[in-house]
Amino acid sequence: MAEVSFAGVTKRFGDSVAVDGLTLDIGDGELLVLLGSSGCGKTTALRLVAGLEEVSEGTISIGGRVVNEIDPKDRDVAMVFQSYALYPHLSVARNIEFPLRQRGMAKEERTAKVKEAAVTLGLDALLDRKPSQLSGGQRQRVALARAIVRDPQVFLMDEPLSNLDAALRVQTRADIVALQSRLSTTTLYVTHDQVEAMTMGDRIAVMSQGVLQQVAAPEDLYARPANTFVAGFLGSPGMNLLPGRIGRGVDDGFTVEVSGGSVPLPPALRTAAAGLVVLGLRPESLRIDPLGPLRAGVTIVELLGAETHVICTTPDGSRLIVRQPPQAAKPAPGDQVGIAIDPDPAALHLFDAASTQRLGP
Amino acid sequence: MRRAGSYAALTIGAVVVLAPIYFTIVNSLLPPSQLAHQPPPLFPSSPQWHDYSLAWTSGHLARYMATSAVMTISIVVGQLVTSVFAAYAFAFLRFPFKRTLFLLCLATLMIPFEVTFITNLDTLTSLGWFNSYEGLAVPFLATGFGIFLLRQAFLQIPKDLLEAARLDGYGHWRFMLRVAVPLARPSLAALGVFSFLAAWNQYLWPLVATGGTSPLDTVQIGLKQLVGTSAQNIPIALAGAVIAFVPLVILLLIFQKQLVRSLTAGAVK
Amino acid sequence: MTVASVGVGGGATSRDTARRSRRLREMGLAYLLLAPALLAFGVFTFYPFLRNFKLMLYETPPVPGLPAHYVGLHQIVPTLTSTQFTQSLVTTLIFVVLVVPLSLVLGLLLAVAAHRRLKGIAIYRMIFSSTVVSSVAVASVVFGTLLNPVVGLLPWLGINPSPPALENSTWALPAVAVITIWQFLGLSFIIMSAGLQSVPDELLEAAQIDGAGAWTRFWRMTVPLLSPTIFFALVVSTIYAFQSFGAVDILIGYQNAANLHANVLIYEIVNTLQMENNPGAAAIMATVLFLITLGLTLLQMRFLERRVHYAN
Repeated sequence: MAEVSFAGVTKRFGDSVAVDGLTLDIGDGELLVLLGSSGCGKTTALRLVAGLEEVSEGTISIGGRVVNEIDPKDRDVAMVFQSYALYPHLSVARNIEFPLRQRGMAKEERTAKVKEAAVTLGLDALLDRKPSQLSGGQRQRVALARAIVRDPQVFLMDEPLSNLDAALRVQTRADIVALQSRLSTTTLYVTHDQVEAMTMGDRIAVMSQGVLQQVAAPEDLYARPANTFVAGFLGSPGMNLLPGRIGRGVDDGFTVEVSGGSVPLPPALRTAAAGLVVLGLRPESLRIDPLGPLRAGVTIVELLGAETHVICTTPDGSRLIVRQPPQAAKPAPGDQVGIAIDPDPAALHLFDAASTQRLGP
Repeated sequence: MRRAGSYAALTIGAVVVLAPIYFTIVNSLLPPSQLAHQPPPLFPSSPQWHDYSLAWTSGHLARYMATSAVMTISIVVGQLVTSVFAAYAFAFLRFPFKRTLFLLCLATLMIPFEVTFITNLDTLTSLGWFNSYEGLAVPFLATGFGIFLLRQAFLQIPKDLLEAARLDGYGHWRFMLRVAVPLARPSLAALGVFSFLAAWNQYLWPLVATGGTSPLDTVQIGLKQLVGTSAQNIPIALAGAVIAFVPLVILLLIFQKQLVRSLTAGAVK
Repeated sequence: MTVASVGVGGGATSRDTARRSRRLREMGLAYLLLAPALLAFGVFTFYPFLRNFKLMLYETPPVPGLPAHYVGLHQIVPTLTSTQFTQSLVTTLIFVVLVVPLSLVLGLLLAVAAHRRLKGIAIYRMIFSSTVVSSVAVASVVFGTLLNPVVGLLPWLGINPSPPALENSTWALPAVAVITIWQFLGLSFIIMSAGLQSVPDELLEAAQIDGAGAWTRFWRMTVPLLSPTIFFALVVSTIYAFQSFGAVDILIGYQNAANLHANVLIYEIVNTLQMENNPGAAAIMATVLFLITLGLTLLQMRFLERRVHYAN
């Protein structure tokens, strides 16, 4: 069994805290994505599992065994570095073989395993080349081959796709998912790219400034973000976040008053606390509609072909992006427009203004 | 645990490297009676500071330092100026035989001292510069290494800068002095430190260029004079060595980065 | 920025003449700027280099006062087969073999030890580089005292060679080698450290994760990737060893050098010139030394460059 567990893990570099009280359990065979912008602590967390950094507080366990004091080379993990870290003076074959040489394996067995890994990743013809003679995509596959050849308990991947061009990235994404699924090896995957996270992860752990914000399956993360950070991070364009306050509306109902209008709250959200809140509305839940509850002024209209982004500004200066289908009306910059919201109650997200935490279901 | 082992190894290394110097400093302060003491004392119980002043006066170290200073500064200034001029020409000007002349400058690095000093001595004598300041400094006023280093630095300056300056009416001299040289300051500092060190520590040339004991001995030759066989002289000679060594260590402390830069100019791609 | 001038109607345009005079001025400035350096090189490097060949052809009789006379190539063979020369050559080769490998190994070990993110590492690095500022004279005085049979460290360590180290025909040369190694250590350390910086940390981390222990990482990763630097250090230290003069001069002296098997070639050359007043012979030996160092450098470049691995 190769679960990976963080229990209250903190890592300090001098005075700054890179990882703060991280508690996270990754199941055996799961592909968990650590998502966040640079400096959020995701790479540090990965390196802590690898043993390349020492934990300041807390414990890390692999397969039920606490590994804090164990050397990287004895942890039975394999890592794919962002820059691949291929040994430039060794051929592809020897690069892949390298992890096996330390294990006292017989030569025939090593050669067989190298061949197997090479075939899996389509590197058969390149075994005698040196890394400098390979393309970026090929180097990436060598790094993967080197990782899988020894069948470790855990794969650690540090933004492996970021150095590839866009087209190759899409293809390789799918390849990695297929590979991981076939091998069923627990994988910890670090990236700042939400598209990668959404398409690849069984679950996603969003981090910001060393703190875990939320961990959930992609759909849940998208549909029910736990705080304003996660809400604004996922989605392209990101969720609109409007400051407002709870008020009373007609029919004894509750509304949320934002600059630009008053939005009635569905029954589920009525039990939420009163006071200052932040209303979250995804651009795809909005439509330009003169009868809608919100009013805003159009600043920019972006025609993207498959959709149109209408970027508006509410009276208090908040930005509101509406995603219009291509054939719908296109307002002009300067127009005052009405904006309607999808009647599905799940389209409304409410967050406490002070704590930024999600209110309601 | 690993860390303790690393510190242990490092400290052993440091002790081995420093032991000779420490031994020298301690012994320079010992009275003659304690010199032969076994085991050697780790700390001077009554430091004989006067050994230092003796080295300075009757050991003539003051005079030696002055000579070294004059020679070294002349060489450093000379090398900086000639290298800046030549490097500027190679980096910014177009002229025939540029490639050949540059290779020629580099070739001087391949011609070692033992081959040239014989004739240089004769040249010196015929110019009447034997046993003179000119004799000590002039053969070293230019260096292929300096030209190489500064040309490299000048080439880093974007060509646009020169063109913009030309448009603004800057002639080459002004561009050299106001733009190129200031921008190449790190390399100039590196060259300066390197030249200083090399010139100050020179041994063979000052020896043959002044012949035997001479009022124009540099510090290095002076140290040779101080090495006598009588036990009385030993602390004085050691004091002399310390006086010769310590200023350079201070130089190293201040200019460590520049020095490393110049020394590794050929090593790391 | 060339504007093709179409000679309509033939003859140079004023633009052409302006450009040509600008070019000439540029040329003139260039040569002016190069003049000081080229003059210095000409007089003090190239002229002596060429004259050296001429000097080889003249023999100076051992009787002082008599001028040198032309003997053509006849001086070369006797000089090169004299016991003086051959012994000196052997001594020099032994010296180089003593100095170079140890300098490189020690420099590398110190550089690896100091290539860590430990607190206070900067002080250690400072200490290890410090010998780079020592002159040969300083090193000689320091070690001369250390090796002194009466006041030095050796008696305390229980080592009592008889005759004392610097007057001992077996130990004189190794003693000078130790001095040279110590003096070169700072530079060796600096060069190796700079090289280590260029070995990406990630590669060593990847090797660590792949299961390689410290020793394996050193031999299979660090050393191969460091080979350009080691090669550079090898060339520099070899040239340096061949030109070591000061220690022998200060600590051993002309009288004893030959008897103690410490008369390295450069020392022999200088003394042939100064003591025996024979520039011809000195020039011949200098040429041999030059050819050896040049040959070794080229050989190292040819042979080892092939095996150098560049991390790109």
